[in-house]
Amino acid sequence: MSEKPRKIEITDPVTITVDGREVTAQNGELLIDACERNDAYIPRFCYHPRMNPVGMCRMCLVEVDTGRGPALQPSCMIPVAAEMVVDTKNEQVSKAQDGILEFLLANHPLDCPVCDKGGECPLQDQTMAYGPGESRWVEEKRHYEKPIAISETVYLDRERCILCDRCTRFAKDVAGDPLIHFIDRGSNTEIATFPDEPFSSYFSGNTVQICPVGALTAKPYRFRARPWDLEEVESTCTGCSVGCRITVQSSRNQVLRFQGVDSDPVNWSWLCDKGRFGFEAINSEERLAEPLMLSSDGTLSPARWAEALNAAADAIRAADPTSVAVIGGAQLTNESQYAWAKFAKGIIGTDHVDAQLGDGLAAEVVLGLPGATIDQVCAPGSTVLYMGPDPKEELSVLYIRLKHAAQEDGVQIIELSPAASGLSPYASASLHYRPADLPKLVEALLAGELPDQGLPGIDAAEFTKASQALLAAEQNLHVVIGRANLAESADCVAVAASAVHQALPGATFLSGLRRANLRGALEAGLTPGMLPGRSSLAEHGQAWKELWGSVPSTAGMDTTQILQAAAASKIDVLILLGADPLADFADRSLARRGVAGARTVISLDRFLTASTRQADIVFPIAGFAECEGTHTNLEGRVTRLNQKVTPPGTARTDWMIAAELAALLGKDLGVERDAQELWDEFTAHSAVHAGVSSAALDHPDAADGLLLDLGPRPFVTPVAPHVAPQSSYSLRLIVNRTLYDQGTEIHHCDSSSGLAPAASVRLSPADATPLGAEDGTQVTVSSPQGSITAALVIDSGVPKGSAVLRHNLEGADPGLLIDSADVVCEIRVEVS
Amino acid sequence: MIGTVTPASKMAEGVPAVVSSRFGVPDGHTLAGYTSSGSYKGYEALRQVLEMSPAQVGSVVKDATVLGRGGAGFPAGVKWGFCPPGVWPRYIVVNGDESEPGTYKDRLLMERDPHQLIEGCLIAAYAIGAAQVFLYARGEMPHAHERLAAALNEAYAAGLIGKNILGTDFSVDIVLHWGAGAYIVGEETALIESLEGNRGMPRLKPPFFPAAKGLYMAPTIVNNVETLANLPWLFNHGVEQYRSVGTEASPGTRLIALSGHVNNPGIFEIPQGTTTFRDLFESEIYGNGIRTGHELKMFIPGGASAPWFFPEQIDLPLEGRLIGGQGSMLGSGAVVVMDETTDAVRAALRLVRFFARESCGKCTPCREGTTWEEKILQRILDGHGRPSDIDLLLDVADNISPGPYPVAADPGNDLEAIPFPPRQTTICPLGPSSVAPITSAIRRFRHEFEAKIVQRDLISVSSEPFTDLPEQSSLAHGAVGHV
Repeated sequence: MSEKPRKIEITDPVTITVDGREVTAQNGELLIDACERNDAYIPRFCYHPRMNPVGMCRMCLVEVDTGRGPALQPSCMIPVAAEMVVDTKNEQVSKAQDGILEFLLANHPLDCPVCDKGGECPLQDQTMAYGPGESRWVEEKRHYEKPIAISETVYLDRERCILCDRCTRFAKDVAGDPLIHFIDRGSNTEIATFPDEPFSSYFSGNTVQICPVGALTAKPYRFRARPWDLEEVESTCTGCSVGCRITVQSSRNQVLRFQGVDSDPVNWSWLCDKGRFGFEAINSEERLAEPLMLSSDGTLSPARWAEALNAAADAIRAADPTSVAVIGGAQLTNESQYAWAKFAKGIIGTDHVDAQLGDGLAAEVVLGLPGATIDQVCAPGSTVLYMGPDPKEELSVLYIRLKHAAQEDGVQIIELSPAASGLSPYASASLHYRPADLPKLVEALLAGELPDQGLPGIDAAEFTKASQALLAAEQNLHVVIGRANLAESADCVAVAASAVHQALPGATFLSGLRRANLRGALEAGLTPGMLPGRSSLAEHGQAWKELWGSVPSTAGMDTTQILQAAAASKIDVLILLGADPLADFADRSLARRGVAGARTVISLDRFLTASTRQADIVFPIAGFAECEGTHTNLEGRVTRLNQKVTPPGTARTDWMIAAELAALLGKDLGVERDAQELWDEFTAHSAVHAGVSSAALDHPDAADGLLLDLGPRPFVTPVAPHVAPQSSYSLRLIVNRTLYDQGTEIHHCDSSSGLAPAASVRLSPADATPLGAEDGTQVTVSSPQGSITAALVIDSGVPKGSAVLRHNLEGADPGLLIDSADVVCEIRVEVS
Repeated sequence: MIGTVTPASKMAEGVPAVVSSRFGVPDGHTLAGYTSSGSYKGYEALRQVLEMSPAQVGSVVKDATVLGRGGAGFPAGVKWGFCPPGVWPRYIVVNGDESEPGTYKDRLLMERDPHQLIEGCLIAAYAIGAAQVFLYARGEMPHAHERLAAALNEAYAAGLIGKNILGTDFSVDIVLHWGAGAYIVGEETALIESLEGNRGMPRLKPPFFPAAKGLYMAPTIVNNVETLANLPWLFNHGVEQYRSVGTEASPGTRLIALSGHVNNPGIFEIPQGTTTFRDLFESEIYGNGIRTGHELKMFIPGGASAPWFFPEQIDLPLEGRLIGGQGSMLGSGAVVVMDETTDAVRAALRLVRFFARESCGKCTPCREGTTWEEKILQRILDGHGRPSDIDLLLDVADNISPGPYPVAADPGNDLEAIPFPPRQTTICPLGPSSVAPITSAIRRFRHEFEAKIVQRDLISVSSEPFTDLPEQSSLAHGAVGHV
């Protein structure tokens, strides 16, 4: 099996005897791991190092003598104790293992030649290594309909299943989605879903990876390749900012599969389905393969690179530097981000550069607060103050880690969110505040008492529990911050985080911002007022000026301000680095006016998006698995991204386009051969990047990546936003995300594109009842900006006084309601 | 089906009816009946116990050596002492999921004298300081369930269960839980899983010894129905009287469910350790002789999972350790008698089929192996056996229960007994239990297997039914005759 025993530090060594050799093991660790670590691999099917053992398959039986005579014991259930004598290979053990394999194969079909697992199948491999060679079974084998779909993506072949309890355990214990289980008994036992309830877990793909036979297969990979035809490189998933390690597997220059890699500090081998099956977008036929330019008839037409680059350079040259703006860049590699920061700020001379689309947090908050790693947040003894987005929807593998921490390691999670989330069931206290009340709530928690008049929707008993846990945490407090509500000013969470930082200086912070390499973008200076390496333009401009030749003189605008300026015809060139403000910027009206108002729009993208279609020049870019580089996850962990396939057509990597444009403007970006030159220049000049040089990343111990310096930087405490008194609009709007939406990436994944839920308006029963509405009633939501109509869902997880809409789902666009100038969005809901 | 119920008057001379004294009393199941009939006055023991300290109660049970009546025969008082000190809450779980073929004693205790069980539960709960008692009754016993529910209601109404029992500080609730019909839930860790709302599958011991990590991972004492039913009598009559019956190691009486080829099958309360199988089969107050005109071929001394005994073992007393040494077990006290009309192969199949059907599916050897055993036995009976099948059966069995399997002595062939218990490649003994009828039958009646097997190896390993091949089929049946 590909799973390796977890790396452990031996703190309580004991000596045991394994096959006659004395070896050292950690007291209490599982015997199966201790033996494997000491070169005595024990075969197994049900045991998985990241799940609790069940001792089900019995393949790992070994003879153990703890002083009461040798007896066959399942090594996956036996904790190591001093002076244990273990025999993993003697006649009794071999006989038992042969017997188990014969039993497992009795009913297992010998369809290996047409089975996707053949070639990487633990049952096949262990049959070769341990089995008796021949079966004595002459009876009829079990028969079932094969295969059956247990979800939109996962298929189950019950004939191949050896009932190891891996998938079911994963679903229940790891993912928290107990949607598959055993039914029936004895040799008729089978895996099944509940009637009319598919295995629609965000994590279902993991069951396919951990299935020790070909019983579970996933639609995107079924019958696409044989394992021996696959080539692979290790890389980091860029589906979100968690940074799960994966292997990218390809055949004939086509990516065919991602598999989770057990990165101890990050993903423990788990992936979410959006990430796992996201490779389909790489192979989409709709990928842009050549540059496009707006032709005289008003359509985008193919162009030659020289034409497009010249046109872009001409537009930039003609514009005043302060009328050039760059939005996006969070999907780029660290190297491309640095190249674009250097190109925009050092060569063009504009500071109107923002990698965030109004849905993030100010860079000085993210980079200024003392940093926490996922491991620190999830360590036993930790208390977590969670003020981020629903992790199950936005940072799915972080949710798995947090759930594990709460359930297995006793970590206390205090969740502050506008509505119940996937994390709520595991939180020791869950407070749901009215949008914009977060600063007040945090202030009250730190003070240990609620204001006299209370806070809307905050239960006093739950508040006391949360406050006590928070104040008792001291050095073990870790705070996760992010945007739980896109319809609320980012300042709210920034003020709250800052208050915690001042009151409890030992607390450390993890920024739960969703965009893949957003942390990298901020570190590279793709944000107004900052330069690479967390340098501020005002204070450290000189150092970078010496390297780059020039830097902007004043701090620039963020995305909201850029779009406002563009709408007022003050932006001559708007460069979109893989950004789609028309779909992603929360205020739909401003996004439309802004993109339309920019004189020249240059887009670098992999697909034609709503925004790209409005562009004058479009450059096709190489995406994930198509270029080399590095990535920075939300913790500040730098890992290598590796190229596996070639990009479509003539698509190029983002940094190349910056370099070409710089050359056309008569400047040198300082790169001749490859992205590493950019990384070397960056890391040589950034103090926080000192430990993540190319050489350091290539060290064998750096397989899990290397952390940037996470120490705090001084930052200005943001000012609490002023919230106007409640208007006649009676509800406050919460806009959050679902894992599957109409995003560009997911839209181009055949298997996942249909999984986005229908748009809905979610109200608490208390607010729905007076409307006389029930589930499914069409309701109209109106704000001063506009109105939308969608079906009502009555959701007890939504507090009274708030309404939840989902971002970017088909049918109802909350962006039509939002005015980015407001701190909160007040709305009215009526039956249509 | 339940046979004769022995009224108290038909007890052996000088033997008190400890648990069965109300079996023949029409209203023995009511609170009024419980307090006015039988060998002691109901709920008197509870009153006495509440005046003692919990530790004193525990030591009475320990001194009396009340052996567990569920199968393993472990002393209840010692088991109670296994709760780690200072760990709360603790629970008592009553195992009323009796479902082994031939075993039906607990059913009568629950149907005919539910208050006796409830009083036993209360005594045990007081002794260990249980926060709650869970009474797990088998799903196929609706009558027992009705009677228990009615008795619990009566007892609650009378202030015997619940808050401040009989005006004391002692409070405990008893929850009646109805099983869903799985034999494996009689295994205590599977029962706990089932109570927690999970699929009934055993947990591995260690680390999940119920006394330390049981229900909801709290210390839990799992006791058999009959074990607890002994307690009211014990506290009414005292340790000395309790120990005056039976032997030093196995004092008291126990209920035996006698079935099969005897003239008078039924439930009998016998003195432990002193009654022999011969007494049980032949005595007028018990079995009243092997079916008239027939002779004993073999018998199962302790339920379907016990290796078989034969006429040579008939003078052994029903005593746990002794029977264990002779290669079988007394188990749950189910004795099944088979006379010479019984086909050993068919009998083995019937027993193996039970285990195959009831395997929970957790451990590979049991899940796959018991079904394999069943299929081979069925094939032999169908006339499609191969000479290699006997060794195959024994080896499949060996892969479920490795090494020499417990079996009775066969003096005629100079074979000695192999003592109980068997070894296992599984978590619980269900799979290894399926081996008992196979090894017992093959060791003693190999010729019966051989007679049913065609005397040539079928080269074909076709999985098609052999009946499609008329030539082979007639050959097979010709050799074996009707089975």
